[in-house]
Amino acid sequence: MTTITYVEAHGQAVTVDVADGWSLMQGAVANGVEGILGECGGSCACATCHCYVDEARIGELPPPADNELDMLEDAAAPRRSNSRLACQVKVHSAMAGLIVHLPDRQQ
Amino acid sequence: MTSPDKVVIVGAGQAGLQTAEALRAMGYAGSITLLGAERCGPYHRPPLSKAWLAGEMAAEQLTMRSPDALERKGIALRTDVQAIGIDIGRRFVRLADGGALSYDALVLATGASPRMLDIPGRDATGVLALRSMEDAQAIAQRLALCAQSNRPMVIVGGGFIGLEVAATARKKGVAVTVLEVAPRLLGRVLAPMLSEWYAQLHRWHGVNLVLNARIAAFETGADGQVCGVQMNDGTLLPAGLVIVGVGVQANDGLARAAGLACDRGIVVDACAWTSNPYIFAAGDCTARSTSEGTLLRLESVQNAVEQGKSAAAAVMGQERPFAAAPWFWSDQYDIKLQIAGLSTGADRWETRGEPDSGSFSVYHYCGDRLLAVDSINDAREHLQARKRLDGEGT
Repeated sequence: MTTITYVEAHGQAVTVDVADGWSLMQGAVANGVEGILGECGGSCACATCHCYVDEARIGELPPPADNELDMLEDAAAPRRSNSRLACQVKVHSAMAGLIVHLPDRQQ
Repeated sequence: MTSPDKVVIVGAGQAGLQTAEALRAMGYAGSITLLGAERCGPYHRPPLSKAWLAGEMAAEQLTMRSPDALERKGIALRTDVQAIGIDIGRRFVRLADGGALSYDALVLATGASPRMLDIPGRDATGVLALRSMEDAQAIAQRLALCAQSNRPMVIVGGGFIGLEVAATARKKGVAVTVLEVAPRLLGRVLAPMLSEWYAQLHRWHGVNLVLNARIAAFETGADGQVCGVQMNDGTLLPAGLVIVGVGVQANDGLARAAGLACDRGIVVDACAWTSNPYIFAAGDCTARSTSEGTLLRLESVQNAVEQGKSAAAAVMGQERPFAAAPWFWSDQYDIKLQIAGLSTGADRWETRGEPDSGSFSVYHYCGDRLLAVDSINDAREHLQARKRLDGEGT
């Protein structure tokens, strides 16, 4: 289990334990975090799990694949340098304490 | 209709959940009861043929919403409950457990069921279809047995489900035969050159692909277990597992019995209205009437989501037509196929990008009109196609 803090669009922070190997999307929806949809179930096909990873730590994550970069173009909220699709980021112990900000819309 | 305060949604899949959440997002403050026939709450079905079947994810990772997330939104989920009738006059739904639920607005999101083949041996143990988590668990079990005992499997139907399961089974080292009745794979959606491309892809991965296949029977052993597939030409293909993936039929029985207009699905307009002013429908169970006067059946995540939103709006007395271009995807091996639009009626195809590079798109045209785009590992082109096709109507 790795501790992840999701900050919902209206500022509410929710800290949860996510099983290693789960995606940031799965960790959010299984714990009832508001603001991530994940319509396609994690197939990188819908861009409804857009999130902003803490800028100070974005470099610690494996970089996005081309497919994720392309799909981010379809995200509803503005894309930033720290934008990721939460379904494509797998949680592991080195990510403990990571802060993930959620946009105000996914559709 | 005055603003309702009791909404009942039959079906706790993607369309049902989307309807419930969209109602709350629109400010609906009354009660929402979400009835699910399965034992678990809403979950993602698409990975069942792919990452889940490959053993790459746990069942809990398919969860769409946690129970407390639903509770916070005031969505009362009831699982393992079957709706068996609708009294449209007095506006209540009868349940298999003897109970009844009255409604001001009813949303049918009953999904679809796999079609089975009416041939001898169809009831043999080990002849399976894939739709639910329970189906997937049964398939995973037998697939593991096949892998252990080095027995082959046969997949009937070279559509998305069949080909995705074939790819997963090959990953697990199981020998796979895919039987397709048509002369090419995915013939109703893909351009001819892509059908051939997919045939080569699967053959390269070791799939025994048979086109124009004619099946006579499923062979059953003395123990009642399937042991092979008998072809019309006399060939017997041994099999420890047979998957039938020959399409689905809409679950419109409830609607039909209640006298709603149905035609291979519950007939709805672009705003998810059925022929009854208090009943709406969304997702795989629907047949949507188009501006061209045809009925369109779509079985996809996007359709469930969009019609769910339309149904919620309709319950609130608003019109929110589903006008976006349809899109679909399929993951096989390391290939992501994304389709925008509907290719029916195409008479001309153009390829953009280099097929040998593993990333390219095929454009379907009827004359000069763009109908659809199939993209292989080419999400950028897919999204552009969606934007281009959006709003052109279906």
